[in-house]
Amino acid sequence: MMTSRPRWLPHPGWLLLIPAVALLGGILGVPLWQSFWRSIGSGDWTLEHYSALFTDGVTLKVLARTGQAAAVVTIVTLLLGYPYAYLMTRVGPLWRSVLVVMVLMPFWTSALARNFGWLILLYDNGLVQRFIALFGFDDVVLYGTAQGVTLAMSQVLLPFMVLPLFSALGGIDRRLLLAARSLGSPPLVAFWKVYFPLSRGGVVAGCILTFTLACGFYVTPALIGSPRESLIAQLLGQRTTQLLDFAGAGALGTLVLVVTLVLVWWANRMGGSMATIGAVAGQTGTRR
Amino acid sequence: MTIGISRSSSTGPAGEPTGKGAQIRLESITKDFGLAHPAVDNVTLTIEPGEFMTFLGPSGSGKTTTLNLIAGFESLTSGTIRLDSQDVSTLPAHKRNLGMVFQNYALFPHMTVAGNIAYPLRERRVPKPEIERRVAEVLELVQLQGRDKHYPSQLSGGQQQRVALARAIVFNPRALLLDEPLGALDRNLRAALQLEIRRIHREVGTTLVFVTHDQEEAMNLSDRIALFHDGRIEQVGSPENLYAEPETLFTARFLGDSTVFALGDQPVTGPVTWEDERWAVDSGTVAQRARSGGPTALVVRPESVGIVRDRAQVPSGANSVRARVRDIEYMGAYRTLLLAVGQEGITGRARIPAADKNYALGDEVVAWWHPDAQRIVAA
Amino acid sequence: MTTLVEPSIEVPAPAKPSLLARWRNRRSADPTPVWLTVVGTFVALYLVLPTLIVIPMSFSEATTFVFPPRGHSLWLYRNFFTNDRWLDSLRNSFIVAACAASIATIVGTSAALGLHQLRGRRSARFMQSALMFPILVPSIVIATAVYISFLRWHLVGTLAGYVLAHAALATPFVLATVTSALGTFDPTYLRASASLGASPWRSFLTVTLPLISRGVATGAVLAFVTSFDEVVIALFIRSPRFQTLPVQMYNSVVVEIDPTIAASSSLIVVTVSLIFLVALLVNSRRTSRPGSANNRRSVVRRTR
Repeated sequence: MMTSRPRWLPHPGWLLLIPAVALLGGILGVPLWQSFWRSIGSGDWTLEHYSALFTDGVTLKVLARTGQAAAVVTIVTLLLGYPYAYLMTRVGPLWRSVLVVMVLMPFWTSALARNFGWLILLYDNGLVQRFIALFGFDDVVLYGTAQGVTLAMSQVLLPFMVLPLFSALGGIDRRLLLAARSLGSPPLVAFWKVYFPLSRGGVVAGCILTFTLACGFYVTPALIGSPRESLIAQLLGQRTTQLLDFAGAGALGTLVLVVTLVLVWWANRMGGSMATIGAVAGQTGTRR
Repeated sequence: MTIGISRSSSTGPAGEPTGKGAQIRLESITKDFGLAHPAVDNVTLTIEPGEFMTFLGPSGSGKTTTLNLIAGFESLTSGTIRLDSQDVSTLPAHKRNLGMVFQNYALFPHMTVAGNIAYPLRERRVPKPEIERRVAEVLELVQLQGRDKHYPSQLSGGQQQRVALARAIVFNPRALLLDEPLGALDRNLRAALQLEIRRIHREVGTTLVFVTHDQEEAMNLSDRIALFHDGRIEQVGSPENLYAEPETLFTARFLGDSTVFALGDQPVTGPVTWEDERWAVDSGTVAQRARSGGPTALVVRPESVGIVRDRAQVPSGANSVRARVRDIEYMGAYRTLLLAVGQEGITGRARIPAADKNYALGDEVVAWWHPDAQRIVAA
Repeated sequence: MTTLVEPSIEVPAPAKPSLLARWRNRRSADPTPVWLTVVGTFVALYLVLPTLIVIPMSFSEATTFVFPPRGHSLWLYRNFFTNDRWLDSLRNSFIVAACAASIATIVGTSAALGLHQLRGRRSARFMQSALMFPILVPSIVIATAVYISFLRWHLVGTLAGYVLAHAALATPFVLATVTSALGTFDPTYLRASASLGASPWRSFLTVTLPLISRGVATGAVLAFVTSFDEVVIALFIRSPRFQTLPVQMYNSVVVEIDPTIAASSSLIVVTVSLIFLVALLVNSRRTSRPGSANNRRSVVRRTR
């Protein structure tokens, strides 16, 4: 039933790709390219905008701060996400769906509603501050501080840690733990020597994913953090809309993009890509 | 072949010599998961040192749960488990010193073959040169020399099973527990590995508990079989004993084919009647449990049934019944006649020589057997 | 104590275990530790609380963001539904999301079908990655680049600018859901339909399209929500004349300190949660439908 076509004619399937290529290429590709083009002097082939990033005294500091914040967020999400993902593998199907729904809650709600919620929680004399005061720490300021931003960002990024972890942990045969115990390992040793090494792929993927996304956060630091402690995304925004330093912004954007892509590529190689998350999210019938 | 794993010098945790493996005693053990009835219901059984004991039964009969109770993966609801004389009922799994082979092998995917086998030795702080020596020995025992650097995923199913076996015996466990170890393998490989397991059992000489739902496997391998049914042990005995002298209808049906005539509650001391037939009973063929009252059934194995065209040809003293040929199965070495027996037309089986082509579908025949070839069991 | 021993039982049956003992026995030797449940509950609260807290806030009488809310009134909702700035931005968001989702659905579905026909070719795999690329790029990088280019193209602060940017952003999501719906689409269906006399076009309409419709619908919803909720690009290409709801909400915190955001937030939370719960229920009920298992996977949307 295939109608034969001349060799020189492209496969008709390519025609169906034209609208997508035009839309994505025109609206996203061209601006990204122009931004890169400006960053190298619009044809003058200069690297001065890049070298400026390292010499202006601000960018490096902000980069370091962003890296540090992202690392803290990554550790916090790992510490919270691992037990949670582990629990997900241990409960029945009903409770598992409940836990999945809770993980996806940060996706479900609008970014601004969520950030607003955090703003209320972190406000001076807000719920979190009063909760912490119960333990004797009554002078912790969270609104407008790095700690507050970390707390909020960790919550938003927790799903990106939990979902790859859950898919990694779900694939581990628990009978291996029984085997280890029959061979003489106490439960905790069995966990450490058998279970944890097998979950390492999920841990690495989740960490890289979380770190990457944390590096590009814009709204949360802008709403909850202090302007004096801006992160790289805010710096990029400032440079664009306030300083109108388009070439400098292009260089910084290119740098962020390259770092992100390298990290994502690495996560992919470690076996936990965005697709893994999608698969888990899809399993539950949830689309976000 | 002498294997280097020296048993004479090793001692179990209780301080006794392991010798040919431990005796395992189950004393009225019960495991209740809180379901309709207990998974293991008041089971009492003694497995002798060095014995090859098979737990046979359909799925859900409690055989695997019993094995898990012995291994320490489940906690007892009541009863006692002893290894030799030591009460291990509350001892955690990792202190019981029992080697276990799992149905899905449960090899650690992130460790090599050598790493897997060395695992129990490392857990026992065995010195490194000793570990290497024992891993090499046990690899030879399971005929996997030269595979030590491979990862489990690089091995075939049969090879993985051998690694699992090697890992379970390398630390001189007090007994070896095998949970349907051949379930995932194809037919030919199973036969080969059955031989292998028997050989290893002979060479290592340890107590071995083998769980399976495959009656043929159980018959081939075991010294004794414990047949499980609804959480209880239906009958324990040698394969011959279970096949030739079933106590209950369940045992008779689970091991081998037979024709079953339900006798109801009639006394089984004298002749019995079924439909309008009247059959002699040899007192030696009445099972103990059938004697104690309740409904009974008469069972006959197909190889004991003879087929003739009419009653006149039935040997004197034999029991007989009218039947109609419903189907003929050619089995290579013989043919099986599937019969519709009596007025009710219950299914009967008779084995005839492969060369005998005298019967056709729908033929009216008479099936006969000697009274000492039948068995009267509790139904 | 009297014990009933039935005559037929040789060994006396063990006494029925107490409820506590039975509960203890149900646990195998591989139980879920209590501390794990405690930590899990804590994390679950951490995940859910910040979202739910906006609901009580929306009934507050106060004009600040302080929790707990004081009194209860509906004045924030009244504010939301009578203030032109809020209503305009809500309307704008709906228009932009509807247009962007329509475009993204058509463009993304078409691309997925094209890639499906070209599957197996190296060039098609490359195209697939290239079209999924925007998902990986941080929003801020896209937003700044788009902003600068849109300035030159006079698209900043225009409906067209919003629609085009959001459509481009949402297309990869549609592509992903439709591709996975096509992933396990059995080509023998098409042969079967051809053998029964249907033309390729009829086959597409009567066989392919119905089977991938759930993937397309999922993609469309995802695209709509992506646009409706998009804030980073929207912040850059806004103008005083044209802005979307997320931008208005952002302003109400940063610029105006307008507590109406509480009402708007809880409206969004409740509406979106309801939509997804309904989708979840509908999905779980239809899982047995042929061709449904394949489109049950999708990509998680981007976060900011």
